Amino acid sequence: MKLKEKISKAQLLEMYRQMVLIREFENECYRQYMQKNVKGFLHVYSGEEAIAVGVMSLLEPQDYIVTHYRDHGHAIARGLDTKALMAELFGKATGVSKGKGGSMHLFDVKKRFMGGYAIVGGQLPIAVGLAMASKEKGENGLTICFFGDGAMQEGEFHESLNLASIWKLPVIFYCENNLYGMGASVSETYAGHDQIYKAGEPYKIPGVRVDGMNLFEVRRTTAEAVKHVRGGEGPMLIEAQTYRYRGHSISDPAGYRPKDEVEFWMTRDPIILLKKQLLSEGTATEEELKSIVKAAEEEIVAAVKFATESPFPEPAALHQEVYSH
Amino acid sequence: MPVMSIRDAMHMALREALDEDSRVFIIGEDIGPYGGTYAVTKGLYDDYGPQRIKDSPLAESVIIGAGVGSAMGGLRPIVEIMTINFTLLGMDQIVNHAAKLRYMSGGQLEIPLIVRTVTGGGAQLAATHSQNFEGWYASVPGLKVVAPSTPYDALGLFRACRQSMDPILFVEHALLYSVKGEVPKEHYTVPLGAADVKRPGKNITIVSHARMLHTSLSAAETLSKEGIEAEVLDLRTMRPLDVESIVNSVKKTHRAVVVEETWKTGGFAGEIVSLIQEHAFDYLDAPVLRVSGEEVPAPYSAPLENLAFPDAARVVGAVRAVFGA
Repeated sequence: MKLKEKISKAQLLEMYRQMVLIREFENECYRQYMQKNVKGFLHVYSGEEAIAVGVMSLLEPQDYIVTHYRDHGHAIARGLDTKALMAELFGKATGVSKGKGGSMHLFDVKKRFMGGYAIVGGQLPIAVGLAMASKEKGENGLTICFFGDGAMQEGEFHESLNLASIWKLPVIFYCENNLYGMGASVSETYAGHDQIYKAGEPYKIPGVRVDGMNLFEVRRTTAEAVKHVRGGEGPMLIEAQTYRYRGHSISDPAGYRPKDEVEFWMTRDPIILLKKQLLSEGTATEEELKSIVKAAEEEIVAAVKFATESPFPEPAALHQEVYSH
Repeated sequence: MPVMSIRDAMHMALREALDEDSRVFIIGEDIGPYGGTYAVTKGLYDDYGPQRIKDSPLAESVIIGAGVGSAMGGLRPIVEIMTINFTLLGMDQIVNHAAKLRYMSGGQLEIPLIVRTVTGGGAQLAATHSQNFEGWYASVPGLKVVAPSTPYDALGLFRACRQSMDPILFVEHALLYSVKGEVPKEHYTVPLGAADVKRPGKNITIVSHARMLHTSLSAAETLSKEGIEAEVLDLRTMRPLDVESIVNSVKKTHRAVVVEETWKTGGFAGEIVSLIQEHAFDYLDAPVLRVSGEEVPAPYSAPLENLAFPDAARVVGAVRAVFGA
């Protein structure tokens, strides 16, 4: 891992903090699910933190983010409040979506976090539309659209890349390739699985592959894509190779994955890799990093307390916000 | 008062939208130099240019999704889907996304999107091009569904749609574009959720929309000669539905027939009949009957197709049956 990029110590520690916070949040979600405080589907982001944190660190306030249903990590990295996020998972009125969306549908429009989308591939056309709005309004904004290797197989992926390309829209299609759709290996379900980053070529969209466990590689690649897209050169496709430590959702023990595969990827844990580097290069001390972890743990405890103490939505909320009036 | 066709009224409605609101653009297949399959957008490309009259790829999902996303981003997209049969290819965006995003985001998102499309059979286009799905869409909370039958309503309803901040399916009937009627020069709107008595009568209520409204009016002429004065009610919008006007008319006439072009099973006519018996059962002097399309895929051959859709004779027959004749 190279640390050649000029990043201030404060920003390095902030990115470390966000990655740790995401991991702590996801671990807590598991505990709360077991205690039946969190229900429905729960897809955690553990193992993939370097991508969300690396990408968000390069975005501007006017940029839009849309993502898939494994959306907690992106939300936290964009700065959504962990209290309101946990409250959403608890189904409380104080949640980011007032308890109406749940884990898979997190929104914070003020931060231009335009949602988690739970129909695989459904967010890609919407990202194209947001990019149209940015371009039309001359906001110098771009849209980051996260999706998984599963979405590549959907028609909406191909429709979206084509339109984004012919209209040169400012959108980065960001594939988080964690090797599995639900239980099916991408090698068995997508003909171009070994060169996902080239999937934009028929649409003349340049692509690049990156090690999604390496924060600095994620940043370097994304920074180049951001420059390209913000410069009006049209869309880009990034394939970040990564791994989810848990099953597809909480109800999935992931028995279909070879043990040595899981162990291999866990040796490449993005948080441990970053920590080692920060220590070996003398950027931070063990004590500094420990205090970051401790603060993250405390933030999650406070989030759970807030979610627990928050009220459920009133019955009247059932019929509210279906329409504009 | 000027007389114009529904095609002209819709063309005028689009020009007005483009002139009055710089955020408005139109996107669809062959709406540009070609002028639209039903020639509604003819000439707009020359007058407003490719930035506002956007010819799209043949990709319904991303056309509609781009509408959803750009509406979220502050634009006022008007999407044209060539026929309602093709909306099925973009149904994910309409039903799973456009209709849900305001609610799922706890009211944060607004989707001021109008999707114009063309419904109906009767032009010998066979099974894949002769369907009426507006009733399906009308069952989805979060959507509004509009289906005009006259030039006056087409223009007035479209103006009302532009004032709404909700996603709307605006359904034009393929065989009604040349229907002519008076359209005032003065500005007016037709509110959403208001049915219209197109022919007053005291003996029976006939409820219908779009092409079947004209079929029902024709039947009412025949019935009048037999001494039966039918009140013909035009739904105009199917969601929100004007239950009150339907019920009030039935309370006055004590009898009803519901006429619909699509299949009886699961059709919207069944919904109307249910509402009548829920709200006006004690006022009914006879069972409410439905006149619907035959339960077959629409055939090509003219003699067969004529049998597949309701005509005035069948409406007359149903009314006579209600009167025990």
